Amino acid sequence: MAGAQTGEQIAMSGNAAGAPACVTCHGPVGQGQGAAGFPRLAGMNAGYLAAQLRSFQDATRVNPLMGPVAKLLSASDAKVLAAYYAALPAIDATGDAAASDAAVAAGESLAKNGNWNHGVPACSQCHGATGLGVGATFPKIAGQSVDYISNQLQAWKAGTRRNDPMGLMHGIALKLSATDVNAVAAYYAILSSAPASKGSIKP
Amino acid sequence: MRPVLSVRAVVLVLGLVGTVTVFASDDAPRHPIQLAQATPTSVPTTGAASASAPHFQPPPDSAIPDDDFGTEVKLGQAIFNGTSALAAPFVGNSLRCASCHLDAGRLPHSAPLWSAYLTYPAYRSKNKHVNTLAERMQGCFRYSMNGKAPPLGDKVLVALESYAFFLAKGAPVGAKLAGGGYPIPPQPVLTMDFNRGAKVFEQKCSLCHGVDGQGQSSNGAVVFPPLWGPMSFNWGAGMGSIKNAAGFIKANMPLSQGNTLSDQEAWDVAKFVDSHERPQDPRFTGSIADTRKQHHDSPNDMYGQTVNGQLLGKGSAPQAKVRKGSAQ
Repeated sequence: MAGAQTGEQIAMSGNAAGAPACVTCHGPVGQGQGAAGFPRLAGMNAGYLAAQLRSFQDATRVNPLMGPVAKLLSASDAKVLAAYYAALPAIDATGDAAASDAAVAAGESLAKNGNWNHGVPACSQCHGATGLGVGATFPKIAGQSVDYISNQLQAWKAGTRRNDPMGLMHGIALKLSATDVNAVAAYYAILSSAPASKGSIKP
Repeated sequence: MRPVLSVRAVVLVLGLVGTVTVFASDDAPRHPIQLAQATPTSVPTTGAASASAPHFQPPPDSAIPDDDFGTEVKLGQAIFNGTSALAAPFVGNSLRCASCHLDAGRLPHSAPLWSAYLTYPAYRSKNKHVNTLAERMQGCFRYSMNGKAPPLGDKVLVALESYAFFLAKGAPVGAKLAGGGYPIPPQPVLTMDFNRGAKVFEQKCSLCHGVDGQGQSSNGAVVFPPLWGPMSFNWGAGMGSIKNAAGFIKANMPLSQGNTLSDQEAWDVAKFVDSHERPQDPRFTGSIADTRKQHHDSPNDMYGQTVNGQLLGKGSAPQAKVRKGSAQ
């Protein structure tokens, strides 16, 4: 392979091995495409992003689009891409579906209180009070799109995503109803992903 | 709420078997009359996370009255969840009430607040007199929060007691209900062991609490509490008893995977956690040996014992409250 490309180069134009430009799906500033379920990458934890690329490669995170793409990325490509997107300013996913107030309220309750009668802890107990995440293991979920969040919860449930340490998310997702999934996705989608405005609602 | 009453009737008929303890068990309140603690085996379980008996169900938040009392209940709940922010003068570490009393003090087997409300006033060997609930809560601030006791009548205690009263609505005063306190696991087959505990910690706890046990934060706010060291509970706290820690851990940890550790693992990892230095016991007499003799004389208490060549009980050096005020 030719001389190492920067993260920005791969993001904008793809790599020599034929991986397509990330911006095609994840947007020019890594904001994602809400309606299509393509996640926001900007401002995510670098270690988390790199781990996801590895998971797409080894199929512990099964995805028909990202699986083949990730296999075209070298370890160093993955590293520079993760660093590139982590350094971009957090920006919320756009083009999201509108959720009902009732769904948002139910999601807020799950996020803050959990549903302990069914053994479900509050999302905030691991992802932080406003969903901004903890380190490389507990990702920022604030400001991701409704579709992306609900797709992930369904993937945890189905086992097509199984890169969670100790099976934590698989166990929790199994205890969530379809209504719960929609509610919690609706709630986190309206939170801002930018730390400066922690807990604030998107304008 | 009503079905609970009929369930309790069944429980009382079945008589008492219980091993459930209340609050911090080494200093568990002792009543002259032994109250029934039933562990019915014939009653079908509900969908609750932990086994055996159906538990008392505290009223939902929506039942908090919309009046002056309700305002106090809401304040108490807010303090319970955001202790360092809302009771700052009395808190000296990164913990909150809800760190050890999960689900805002509702969860059975996590020393729920409704159970505490029913249990006090009670005699405690810890201070050798009858304690009111307010005095018991003062102890939480002094030891578990490594802070200082709010004066009796302080709005923090009034609010917390109001919240506890609200949660206990409809429960029989003086009864030890199933799910109260931390359920102490059966004694381990092997003598509990620091090194085995270290391995459990690494595999099951460090993901959240950190390999150094100092917890983790999100955007400056503590998410996973520190388990030892300067920002954790001090040597006088109930969780410093391996028995209590094993009970809490077995029933509730890893979060969302309660009752997945073996009893042996729970005891081992509890010993590991409680074998680290933490802030000094505020009752320190000036001598570790003497303080152990007076307040820590139990095989479940590592204060004053030597682990890996280190005498425990010196007290973690105080640390600036770097994390405080950043929550919420």
